[in-house]
Amino acid sequence: MTLDTGSGRAGLADTAATRTIVTGDRTGRHRHVGDRGEQRIAWTFLAPFLAAFLLFLVWPLLHGLYLSFTDQSLTGAGGSFIGIANYVEALGDPVMWQSLGNTAWFTVLSTVPLVVIALVMALLVQRGLPGQWLWRLSFFMPYLLASTVISQIWVWIFNPQIGAANGILEAFGLEPIAWLQNPDTNMLAIVVATVWWTIGFNFLLYLAALQNIPETQYEAASIDGAGEWRKLFSITIPQLGQVTVLIVILQVLASLKLFDQAYQMLGGIASETTRSIVQYIYESGFVGYRFGYSAAISYVFFAVIVLIGVVQALATRRRKEHS
Amino acid sequence: MSAATASSTATRAVVAPGVAPDPRGRKPGQHRFSAINVIAFIALALMAIGWLLPFLWAVATAFKTETDAASGAGGWVGESGPTTEAFTSILSQGNVWIWAGNSLWTSVVITLLTVAISAVAAYAFSRLEFRGKKLLYGAVIASIVIPPQVLIIPLFYEMLAFNLVDTPWGLILPQVVAPAMVFILKKFFDQVPIELEDAARVDGAGRFRVFWSIVLPLSRPILGAVAIFVFIGAWNNFLWPFLIINDTTLMTLPVGLQTVISAYGVQYAQVMAQAVLASVPLIIVFLVFQKQIVRGVATTGFGGQ
Repeated sequence: MTLDTGSGRAGLADTAATRTIVTGDRTGRHRHVGDRGEQRIAWTFLAPFLAAFLLFLVWPLLHGLYLSFTDQSLTGAGGSFIGIANYVEALGDPVMWQSLGNTAWFTVLSTVPLVVIALVMALLVQRGLPGQWLWRLSFFMPYLLASTVISQIWVWIFNPQIGAANGILEAFGLEPIAWLQNPDTNMLAIVVATVWWTIGFNFLLYLAALQNIPETQYEAASIDGAGEWRKLFSITIPQLGQVTVLIVILQVLASLKLFDQAYQMLGGIASETTRSIVQYIYESGFVGYRFGYSAAISYVFFAVIVLIGVVQALATRRRKEHS
Repeated sequence: MSAATASSTATRAVVAPGVAPDPRGRKPGQHRFSAINVIAFIALALMAIGWLLPFLWAVATAFKTETDAASGAGGWVGESGPTTEAFTSILSQGNVWIWAGNSLWTSVVITLLTVAISAVAAYAFSRLEFRGKKLLYGAVIASIVIPPQVLIIPLFYEMLAFNLVDTPWGLILPQVVAPAMVFILKKFFDQVPIELEDAARVDGAGRFRVFWSIVLPLSRPILGAVAIFVFIGAWNNFLWPFLIINDTTLMTLPVGLQTVISAYGVQYAQVMAQAVLASVPLIIVFLVFQKQIVRGVATTGFGGQ
């Protein structure tokens, strides 16, 4: 496994091995590409995946774009071409902007703790203290639970009358809060549940990265008389830079897709402060039956993701050029 | 047989160079009793308790009577003491078993199909030459960034046209396309020494035979990592099963639980008992496959880049 995160070609980074094959192909092109037997075998190998890829990814992607220019309804009615009317409506729709804003706010609130706490966990576990399997199980187990399960656990914890969250507040002499019912706190409650639920993934990524730092560097530093903190700040933290960039990107992309836990923790009720963009896609398509409009919002959301991808790719490239 | 055993060590080095399977005993001298280690241990223990408590509280609630669960009286065990009432009542309703069965068989089918079609495609991208390869591979890689949530409207429309709404295949088929897995497997195949295959081909083995009897056995660890990940994703998937399945007897566990919760949300002990039951299979999977999962996260997480 190579960590070529700084390659700058987000997602298009090929391994050195691939590049060799491709260049090798250029010189021996006629021999390789002209081989009919090999061509036929290659397409046979590709056929099942390609069929699924075209049917369930490429076609929906194109058809969704088409639908976004129509007034298609889930009930089968409509379907006539209405140009960019859906997009005009979406860009003037306060609920769409609110959902995008909620999604962005959730992404900011969740990404910071999901990266920082995961790093602290990994640094502590990496010290090799006794109880390794228990630490890993504790931090990673919630990641294995279905969203329905974690939502119910946290609805229970945030219960205004008997929940543990208010129990803690009371222990400090504070007033109880209706966490999920109060628009000022419901997003925070969803963030807390999400951090608990998904931190294990980032924790394991950091742990793997820490294990990739060569032992010899620490030994050399020890010989030079460096202490624990010095080693942490001059060896460990600098070497985690690239991994951190990658984890932040993965986390931002994951947080932007917020739906399950926000929808479930509020019992399916649309709250102005927690409705995410994916929830608005769902609501306009499957509750409001407006497939065309829902498809248009999907594409606005997709455009946001692509935009973030491009900004990130440019930023990585600039970083690489600087170094 | 002996060839496979001999090669397995080589594979391990290829799969996870640097990802040490076990961090214990890594840094010499760090086990010693020092102030910093004591502080680290306390910090770890506090965090582990924080992370385990919510789940343990759910387990404790599942073993309470509904009255105790709703009043919160009696702390961890409840005033009437532990009882399996909640479990017996949800299991006797029958639906939980049906949903667990549906989750299990659809997740297994999704996993098998995804791994099979991704592996052969990845092998073609890695080892075979054909017209349009670069363009096609570029398209597959680019499609990794497409969030599945963006496709729910056109996919649902397509399933309507195929008459697959409210059927298991409507649930399964859209979940078998995993471009990220093709990318990860291709990266792995690129690192398998080509000499092994060349030797077999000189002996007259065809491409599929080489793939089946040389490449696949060498790829067992990575195929395992990919399979575990696809399985967890399929088992826990909510949005698509929630949209495509309406028939109670065809629901998967996460969707079925959600409908029950909406209907009987106040029966806390039963809700928690269902949450606990739904989690047991994956906790067992984790305990059995801990090493593979840890490696799988590193491979799929970093590989997805």
